[in-house]
Amino acid sequence: MGKTSRFLSPTWLAILTPLAAVVAALAVGALLLLALGVDPVAAYASMFQGAFGSLNSVADTLVKATPLLLVGVGICIAFRGGMLNIGGEGQLIVGGLAATAAVLALRAWPAWALIPVGLALGFLAGAAWGAVPGVLKARLQVNEILTTIMMNAIAIQALNYLLRGPLMDPEQVSKGSFIPQTARFTLAADLPRLVPTRLHAGFLLAVIVAILAWVLLWRTTIGFRIRAVGLNPFASRRAGMRVSRYGILAMVLSGALAGLAGAVQVMGVNHRMFTDGSSAGFTGAAGFNGIVAALFGLLHPIGTIPAAVFFGGLIVGANAMQRAMQIPSAMITALNGLLVIFVVSSDIWRRRMVQRQQKAEVASALGAASGAEQAAPT
Amino acid sequence: MIQDLLSPAVLAGIVYSGIRLATPYLYAALGETIGQLSGVLNLGVEGMMLMGAYAGFYLTYRTGDPWLGLLAAILMGAILGLANALITVTFRAEQGISGIGVFLFGLGMSELLFQKTLGSVATVSGFPPIRLPFLGDLPVVGDLLFNHNLMVYAAYLLVPLVWLVLNRTTWGLKIKSAGQNPAAADALGVSITRVRYATVTVGGILASVAGASLSIALLNVFQQNLTSGMGFIAVALVYFGGWSPLGALAGSLLFSTVNALQNWIQVLGIPIAPDFALMLPYVLTILMLVVPFRKARQPAALTKPFERGEG
Repeated sequence: MGKTSRFLSPTWLAILTPLAAVVAALAVGALLLLALGVDPVAAYASMFQGAFGSLNSVADTLVKATPLLLVGVGICIAFRGGMLNIGGEGQLIVGGLAATAAVLALRAWPAWALIPVGLALGFLAGAAWGAVPGVLKARLQVNEILTTIMMNAIAIQALNYLLRGPLMDPEQVSKGSFIPQTARFTLAADLPRLVPTRLHAGFLLAVIVAILAWVLLWRTTIGFRIRAVGLNPFASRRAGMRVSRYGILAMVLSGALAGLAGAVQVMGVNHRMFTDGSSAGFTGAAGFNGIVAALFGLLHPIGTIPAAVFFGGLIVGANAMQRAMQIPSAMITALNGLLVIFVVSSDIWRRRMVQRQQKAEVASALGAASGAEQAAPT
Repeated sequence: MIQDLLSPAVLAGIVYSGIRLATPYLYAALGETIGQLSGVLNLGVEGMMLMGAYAGFYLTYRTGDPWLGLLAAILMGAILGLANALITVTFRAEQGISGIGVFLFGLGMSELLFQKTLGSVATVSGFPPIRLPFLGDLPVVGDLLFNHNLMVYAAYLLVPLVWLVLNRTTWGLKIKSAGQNPAAADALGVSITRVRYATVTVGGILASVAGASLSIALLNVFQQNLTSGMGFIAVALVYFGGWSPLGALAGSLLFSTVNALQNWIQVLGIPIAPDFALMLPYVLTILMLVVPFRKARQPAALTKPFERGEG
């Protein structure tokens, strides 16, 4: 192929298009900032400074990236299996709740036993929360997008109920302040810190999980079947695969990773469970932003690693910008929405390029087969 | 306390507010039905409702005229609908995800606009209830059915109207053919792009009006996340109703009645934790998806962008 086509090969274009989409979203954001009477250059400078300006801010970025990465990898698995999991928020919450309940009950346990148990319970709770929409979709053809959204709302109410009732910090009750939060966990439940910053081992765990997910999807039979079922359920059924089983598995794994993210969040960052009534209070909207990270990572577990770090930086930076410039956090939500829209809308150019390339390859293969020397007609 | 729920006054209250509260679900679900029948899933209804609720409220608040508010909501809906058509039809985006983008945008943008232009929660007088002549004077029924505001009546009138358009006009045929077999429709000279642009724009307008019905006709306030999930539930009602306007009506009524019941449970102080009462609508939605009102297959080309010459 020619020089231009090497530069614009699908791989390059696949990376460049979402980047262009981000630039476009930030440009719209700049217009919004101007409308709000804020200097966009100064605002974005404070954003970058806040996200990557110092060791501490880089650590905070990685801490924010951790749930995005775990949720995002789960989104990749679900999507490859033909499922859209919009239920990350609910799965994060039940994962956090399960880990919390375990850690509060096992106060006497040492760290080496307590941490794995807490994480495992978060994983399992998220798996259960993902299993419901998975089974309903695979067995009864109930739309999984809608059920996962409803499961989010149910999880929020369960969280509010538990923290205002059975799980509330006894001290809050005896003092009469009734803040809906649990007691602080024992120190044994704290995830170890990596460097003397807020960065905890959860980030490392998330990266390992991403690599394992890649191995699962592209190096094992189960993963091959998940992808096959997602690509073409009819052909997979003909090939003897149990289509509904692998669809459910994809959803269960997806929920499990979001649940694990919830457990990592309580044990690594908050050290207690709390609620502000909404879901974003605890999750920081990671259940939704994880979808953005996965998309930006091209729905590939390895690609999701840098994508999650990028979006973690965006969130930390946005918080810094908000403090420095008094910009309402609602603007960041709106900007996030634009980002999602731009990223999925721009995908058309990558797909077109892939199609054109495939046509050219087919044409040149046909040309070679028919014995034509310099062939390759377009 | 439980027996209080069965007293005539409370039952009448439940029926009355059930009929009222079905309004936003009706607008949104009818718009979504039209869009889905043409093959486009709009998952951003929630965000569009919030933007419409804000636009309607803001203009009503500034001018005191709910008609201007309604006009603002219609314009806002048309803009958002056209934008959504651009995203889903022209750019062929993955609809399940782009809808979440539209939702997040509407959620953030309506809150941002609210903070910058209003600042604190205020109220407007909105559309007043109109007692229909003669019908409104009937005993019991008159109070329950014929003493509502204009946006409530219009929502119910929209049901037969949409049914007629879908089932008795060429337009309806074109819409359904675009959702069932776009390639065949295209071959017969139907412009899939034009049909879907129209349905998605109408869907945007109806979603926006649904939001406005809350802010200038039912609750007469605007606040952050006013709709709290109603838009997603409206999408679910379309599945429950089997893509028919009558199904959407049945779903909206069932849903709003359960909501009204849940409100009365709290008002009467029946000892159920409020968190569980709040959970009820969402559990109900899942059940409604599992056991639909009308068994129907979803439009064959739903969420599938159309491109000529693609199989």
